[in-house]
Amino acid sequence: MGSPKYIIIAGGGKVGWNLTRELLGKGHEVTLIENRRDRYLKIEQELEHNVQYGDASELWVLERAGISRADMVIAMTGDDEDNMLICQVARQKYLVDRIIARVNNPRNREWFELLEIKPYVSATDSILRLIEHEVPDYGLVHLLDLPGERLEIIEIQLEASSRAVGKTVGDLSMPEGSLLISVLRDGQGFVPGPDTDLRAEDEVLAVLDPGLEEDLKTLFAANGDKG
Amino acid sequence: MLQAGHEVSCLDEDPEAHARLEVDFDGTWEDSGGSFTVGAGLEVDALISAGVERADAFIASTDGDNTNIIIAQIAEKRFSVPSVVARVLDPRRAEWYQSQGLRTISGTQFAIEKLQQTVLGEEAPAASGSEI
Repeated sequence: MGSPKYIIIAGGGKVGWNLTRELLGKGHEVTLIENRRDRYLKIEQELEHNVQYGDASELWVLERAGISRADMVIAMTGDDEDNMLICQVARQKYLVDRIIARVNNPRNREWFELLEIKPYVSATDSILRLIEHEVPDYGLVHLLDLPGERLEIIEIQLEASSRAVGKTVGDLSMPEGSLLISVLRDGQGFVPGPDTDLRAEDEVLAVLDPGLEEDLKTLFAANGDKG
Repeated sequence: MLQAGHEVSCLDEDPEAHARLEVDFDGTWEDSGGSFTVGAGLEVDALISAGVERADAFIASTDGDNTNIIIAQIAEKRFSVPSVVARVLDPRRAEWYQSQGLRTISGTQFAIEKLQQTVLGEEAPAASGSEI
């Protein structure tokens, strides 16, 4: 974000409070809304007029915070229904351009998708992804989905037994709709060319159309293993 | 609604809520064709085992306005229940969602109108235009 924006944050938990502080530090105008009186009083000692007391799912509370001129609304409460409602109202009633919602229970992600409340962040999912990254099940980690662009980025750890080891990128018959975009070797990353040979312990990043993950898994599977 | 001959399935997080269904009730809830599922309204499995997929109508009346607004939309959009209504105490939220096409009933708004009529000694006018 370049120019200063007006941002409303619902929910003064650890995430909301710290986010407010960081954004204020970056020169943005921020109003944090917290509905627990004791918590509000505590935050108010530090953030003063940048925090308001109230239930952010009540329309008058959002209006008092100046939602009609907000550039962004971030719903960070500990309640997924509240977060969904706040974002829905912000976007559809007050025509706020950008919203970000927090998903507390990953099972509710389905509903955020259903109601098109995006983007959303889920701490549980982020931590899961980190765990998968550290302990890859198949040597293949899902890094990023770009559903708008219909692309995925995955990371593949090459085991010594992988059938791709010893081949050059040109020799690999990568399925159509996929591309190797980088190789990490000995802590160094580079963009591979057709002559790049693949070695054990390489970490390879590939971008692909959704649905090609299985094909790639087969391509990089261990020798003798059908994938 | 059960006594009017409909099949009613009740979903509640609290297993004790079942007992409340049978207060002033002739016979047991189940014997009369009612069913009861313990679970949250946001859980797909709970909704499905309560029979949302073949429901003709869905009433979201938990004690949380936001929960009701969200699960009513889930019943409508994900499970295509033909008739959906949400209990929303806050009149402003109820009114706005109603304007967006989600049917809402606000007990607060209803009470305000009734109280006002009572105090002013007016006869209750025929429906005030809302769905109440």
